[in-house]
Amino acid sequence: MAWYIGRRLVQTIPVFLGATLLIYAMVFALPGDPVAALGGDRGLSPALVERIRESFNLDKPFLVQYLLYLKGVVTFDFGTTFSGRSVRDVIGEALPTTFMLAFMALVFEAVLGVAAGLVAGLRKGKAFDATVLIVSLFVIAVPTFVIGFVLQFTVGVKWGVLPPTVGSDVSVRTLLLPAMVLGAVSLAYVLRLTRTSVAENLTADYVRTATAKGLSRPRVVTVHVLRNSLIPVVTFLGADLGALMGGAIITEGIFNINGVGGTLYRAILQGQSSTVVSLTTVLVVIYIAANLLVDVLYAALDPRIRYA
Amino acid sequence: MPDAPVRPDQAHFFAADTELGLVDQVDETSAPTSLWADAWQNLRRRPLFWVSAALIALVLLVAAFPSMFTSLDPRFCELRNSLGEPTAGHPFGFDRQGCDIYARTIYGARASVATGVLTTLLVLIVGGIVGGVAGFYGGWFDSLLSRVTDIFFAIPLVLAAIVVMQMFKESRNILTVVLVLGIFGWPQLARVTRGAVVAVRHSEFVTAARALGASRLATLIRHVAPNASGPVIVTSTVALGTYIVAEATLSFLGIGLPPQITSWGADIAKAQTSLRSEPMVLFYPSAALALTVLSFIMMGDAVRDALDPKARTR
Amino acid sequence: MIPVEIDTQAPPLATTVEPLLRISDLEVSFATANGLVQAVRGVSLTVYPGQTVAIVGESGSGKSTTAHAVIGLLPGTGKVTGGTIEFGGVDITQADAKDMVALRGKEIGLVPQDPMSNLNPVWKVGFQVKEALRANGVATGSAATARANELLAEAGLRDAARRAKQYPHQFSGGMLQRALIAIGLAARPQLLIADEPTSALDVTVQRTVLDHLQGLTRELGTAVLFITHDLGLAAERADHLVVMYRGKVVESGPAREILADPSHPYTRRLVASAPSLASRRIQSAKERGVRSSELLTHAGDDGPSRRDDIISVEHLTRVFRLPGGRPGATRELTAVDDVTFAIPRGTTTALVGESGSGKSTVAKIVLNLLEPTSGRVLIDGTDVSTLDRRRLFDFRRRVQPIFQNPYGSLDPMYSIYRTIEEPLRIHGVGDKRTREARVRELLDLVALPASTMRRFPNELSGGQRQRIAIARALALEPEMIVCDEAVSALDVLVQAQVLTLLNDLQTELGLTYLFITHDLAVVRQIADEVCVMQDGRIVEAATTDEVFDHPREEYTRELLDAIPGARLAMTPDRGDPEPTDAAVL
Repeated sequence: MAWYIGRRLVQTIPVFLGATLLIYAMVFALPGDPVAALGGDRGLSPALVERIRESFNLDKPFLVQYLLYLKGVVTFDFGTTFSGRSVRDVIGEALPTTFMLAFMALVFEAVLGVAAGLVAGLRKGKAFDATVLIVSLFVIAVPTFVIGFVLQFTVGVKWGVLPPTVGSDVSVRTLLLPAMVLGAVSLAYVLRLTRTSVAENLTADYVRTATAKGLSRPRVVTVHVLRNSLIPVVTFLGADLGALMGGAIITEGIFNINGVGGTLYRAILQGQSSTVVSLTTVLVVIYIAANLLVDVLYAALDPRIRYA
Repeated sequence: MPDAPVRPDQAHFFAADTELGLVDQVDETSAPTSLWADAWQNLRRRPLFWVSAALIALVLLVAAFPSMFTSLDPRFCELRNSLGEPTAGHPFGFDRQGCDIYARTIYGARASVATGVLTTLLVLIVGGIVGGVAGFYGGWFDSLLSRVTDIFFAIPLVLAAIVVMQMFKESRNILTVVLVLGIFGWPQLARVTRGAVVAVRHSEFVTAARALGASRLATLIRHVAPNASGPVIVTSTVALGTYIVAEATLSFLGIGLPPQITSWGADIAKAQTSLRSEPMVLFYPSAALALTVLSFIMMGDAVRDALDPKARTR
Repeated sequence: MIPVEIDTQAPPLATTVEPLLRISDLEVSFATANGLVQAVRGVSLTVYPGQTVAIVGESGSGKSTTAHAVIGLLPGTGKVTGGTIEFGGVDITQADAKDMVALRGKEIGLVPQDPMSNLNPVWKVGFQVKEALRANGVATGSAATARANELLAEAGLRDAARRAKQYPHQFSGGMLQRALIAIGLAARPQLLIADEPTSALDVTVQRTVLDHLQGLTRELGTAVLFITHDLGLAAERADHLVVMYRGKVVESGPAREILADPSHPYTRRLVASAPSLASRRIQSAKERGVRSSELLTHAGDDGPSRRDDIISVEHLTRVFRLPGGRPGATRELTAVDDVTFAIPRGTTTALVGESGSGKSTVAKIVLNLLEPTSGRVLIDGTDVSTLDRRRLFDFRRRVQPIFQNPYGSLDPMYSIYRTIEEPLRIHGVGDKRTREARVRELLDLVALPASTMRRFPNELSGGQRQRIAIARALALEPEMIVCDEAVSALDVLVQAQVLTLLNDLQTELGLTYLFITHDLAVVRQIADEVCVMQDGRIVEAATTDEVFDHPREEYTRELLDAIPGARLAMTPDRGDPEPTDAAVL
C-alpha cells in the first residue's frame, strides 16, 4: 500500500510540471500580448508596459519565465491582481467558499445519484429505470448555465423558497441552490454509472454464489452488489471534486458567489491574464490532488489494486 | 501439395445421420450477418435510435439550409419590437433587442453544429491516430502518450478553453473555437482508442494475421482498426454533444464566438437579463441547444447498446 | 430418438428410502428476441440421499440449466415452464422467494464452475465462508470465525487461519475451489450441486480437489449432483449417470453399465470418442487398411542422422521480465528453459504440460512470433532468426498456426471467404478467380459447403470455426502446422471430428504437426512423439506408446493418473479400434 501511494505520488510530479507548463505557455507564449490586452481599449503607456513586462518576467527567456512562475506556484506566491491585491489573499478568501460549495454538490450528487442508480440498476428495463434514464439524459444535455438560470428564477425568485443569490451571506442555506445546480450534471453521470455497474454486478458469478449460500436478497444487494458497484462510482466522485471546482466558474458567476470560480469569472470578463493564470493553476493543482486522493481511495476499496 | 482431391469418403465424413448433423449444418437460408450488420439489425429495432436519428437529421438540415426554415434575417432587429409577443410570422416573439427569436434559433444551429462536427473530426483524426499507434505499437511512444494525456486530463476541458479563448480578443471565429476544443479534447479520444486497440491487439486473429505474413501496418489497418472502432464511434458521438455544450458555455461567457455569429450560447447569455419578465426568450435557444445535444448523446447510447454483445442478448 | 426408461433406477441402500430429489418432466425456457427457447425439455431424474449422480452432456445440452433450476437460480429470463422439482417431498418450483432462501445453503449447496469469478474480489475469503454460516444460522461471532477456519482446513486448505484473512486474488485456482467447497458444505446441506467444479483447473489439481470433495461428501453422507462434460470424469466419480443431449435425457443408469453397454446412439458415440477412454492413435482414412503397428513404428527408432527433421529446436530459453513488488524492481521468469527437440517430417509431436509449463511460449517461438532469449529454431537446417524479410515471408508460408480459441482466432468482421482468402492475397497467390476457386477447394477439404463463404464467424459453431481456421492455415500449402491447444475448447464429439480431420489431412498432404496441449488423452489420439514439459523444461520425451505404457518420470505418471477415467478398470480394451467409431462423426 505504501509503495503504491509512493508510486502514485512520483507519477504525479511530471503531470504537475506538464500541466503548469501548459497553462503558462497557453497564456504567455501564445500570439496576442497579454500586457497590451491589460489596458483594454485605452492602451497603456510604454513605460507602464515595460514595468509590467518586468514584473511578470516577460523580458526573460521563456524557460526562465516558466521556472520563476513555477517557483511562485510552489511557494504559493502568485503575484498581485490588476487592482494590486495579492492573489494569495484573494484565493485564501475565496477558496473556503468554493470548497464548501463543491463539497455540498458532491454530497448531493453522491447520495441522490447512488440511490436512484441502485434502484434503476436493480429494476433495469422497468418504468422507474426508463424514467430516470430519460431525465438524466436531459440533465446532461441542458447546459449548466440554463439549469442555473431556471432554478434561480423559479425556486429563488418566483417561489422564494431559497435565496436566488449568495453575495456575502455564505451559509448552507444560501449555497443549497447553487450546489444543486453545480452537481446536477455530475448527478446524472453518477446515476448512470451506478446503474450500469449495479446491473453488471447483478449478473456476476460471485453474486449467484452468494445467493446460493442462502443469503437474503437485501444482504446480497448491499454486501455484494452495492459494495462492488461503488468502486467505479467513488473513483468518479473523487475526480469530480476537481471538475466541480472548475464548474464553479459558471455557477458562482450566476449566483454571485465570491469563490474561486466567481473571482475567475470576473477576472475573465475584465481580461486580467495573470490572475486567470494563477487561479487556473490553483484549480488544476486541486484537481491533481483530488485525482491522487481517488487513487488512494481506489486502492482502499479494491484489494486487488492494493496488493498489486 | 497435390491439388486437393475430393475424397469419396467425405460424403459420409460429417454425414447428418443423427441430430448431430443438425448442429453441424450451416444455415444457408438466412442473410449473412457480420458484426456490423448484426448491430444494425439490433439498432433498427430501438426507438431511441430512430428518434435521435430523426433529430440529428433535422438539426443538420437546419444548420446547412437555415433559409429553408425562415425567410427572416436573424440580424434584422428593431428595438420597437423589444420583447414583443409572438405574432403572425414571428411564432417565438422577439428578444430584448427586438430580433425575431425563431430566426435566431434557426440560424444559431449552424454555429453549434459546425463547432461540434469540426471539433469531433479534428479530435477523431488526431486522437484516433495517436491512440491507435500508441496502443498498437506500445513501447516508449505509448508511455509518452500516457503521460501527455495525463497532463491534458489534469486541466478540465472548459477551464482550459476559457483560459485560452480569453487570450483571443479580436480573432475569434468558429475555427479558433474548434482548434481550442480540439487541442484539449483529443487526449480523451486518444485514451479510448488506445484502450480499444490494446483490447483487440492481443486477439488471436491478430496473431493469426501476423503468422500469415501480414505486415504490422496491414494488420493494424485491416484487422485492428475495424474491430476497435466501436467504442471510438460511441465516444465521439457523445463527445460531439459535449463540444456543443462547451462552445455554448464559452459564448455564454462572452469568450466564444464573436457577436456577429448567431449562437445559442450568446443568445442564452443575453436572455438572462429578460428572464424575469419574459422566460420564453431564454427557453427557445436553450431548448434548441438541449435537443441538439440530446440527440447526439442518445445516438451514442443507442449505438453503444447495439454494439455491446451483453446488452444484445438480454 | 429412442425412448428411454428413466425411473428404473434402484435406490442405493434399501427400497424403502425416499428419494431426496426427484425431477419430473422438467421444462425450462428462456425468453429471447425470437420468442421462447426451450433449454430443458422434459427432464426427469432422481437423487437418493448420499448418492452421487452425474449429468453428462455437451455445451448447450441443458445440464447446467437443470442444476440451476434445482437451486432456483436460473440466469436471466430463464423460467421453469413445466414439470416439478421435488426436494424432500416438496415441489420447489412452487416455493416462494423466502422458502428458497431458507433452502439454499442449508439444504442445497452449490460448488460453481469457475473458481476465479465465484468469490467476491473485495471481501476476505474467511468473511465469505462466515457469511454462509451466519445466513444459515450455524454460528455467529467468534464461533463463526473458528468454524470458518475449520471448514477451510477440512476442504483441504493448508494454513487455513492465515488464508482466511486473505483476499481471493491471493489464492490459486485450486485453493479458490477449495474455499468454494468449504462454502458449499458450510451448513451441511443434504444435496450438493457441483457444476463442472474443476473444469477450469489443471488435471493434477483437478484430481486432488475431486478426490477431496468425494471423500468429504462420502464422510458426511451428502448427496451430490455432479455436472460435467467429461464422460470419463463422470463415470469415475458418480454411481449413476444421466446423459443429456439438446435439453433431453437420452440415457440414464449405473455408470459402469452405460460405459460398457451404451444403448442410445448418442451415448455410444460419446463413449467411442471420449478421448479419455480411447487408447490408440486415430488412423486416417487411408491407413485404416494398414496395420496400426506399421503406422506407429515409422518414427523414433531411426537414428538421428537418418531422420528428416523439418524443424529442430536447440537449447531454447526464454526469459520474461516482470515488474516486481517495488517500483523499478523487476523479477525474471524463465518461461522456457533449455528446450531441445526435433520433429521428423510428416509426423506429429505433442508438447504436453499444465498451465505455466511454457508450452505455448515454445509454440510462439517456433512460429517466429516471439524471439528466444537464447537458443535457436532450425527449419530444414536454416536458423530462423537469420532469415531476412523476404525469407521470413517465405517461412510464414511454410509454417502455419491453429489457435486454441475458435471464437478468437477468426476476425469477426471478416466473412469466411475473406478469412480464407487473406493468406492468398497477402502472398499474392493467383488472381481473384483462381483465389475463389481455391477457397472453394479448401472449404471442401474441411468438409464445409461452399455456401459457407458468405457467412461470418459468429454464425458458425465452435467446431465449424475451428475447421475454417484449419482451412485458412492450409491455404498456403504449408509443410508444418503448429496447433496451440487447437481442440481444447471443443466439445468431445466435435473434438474427435477435428482430430480425425487433422489426421486425414496429414496423410493426404504430408503435413507435420506440432501439437501443444494440456490433455494427455488427446495426445494419445494424435501424436507420434511426446515431450512432457514442466516449469519450462522438457522432463520426458519419447514415442507416444513409450510415454503411455512406460512413463519414466514421476511427473508424467502423475499426469497420466490424473486423466479422468484413467483409473476405470472396466475401460474396454480397444487395442484395435473399430475404425468407424471416430470416422462416422
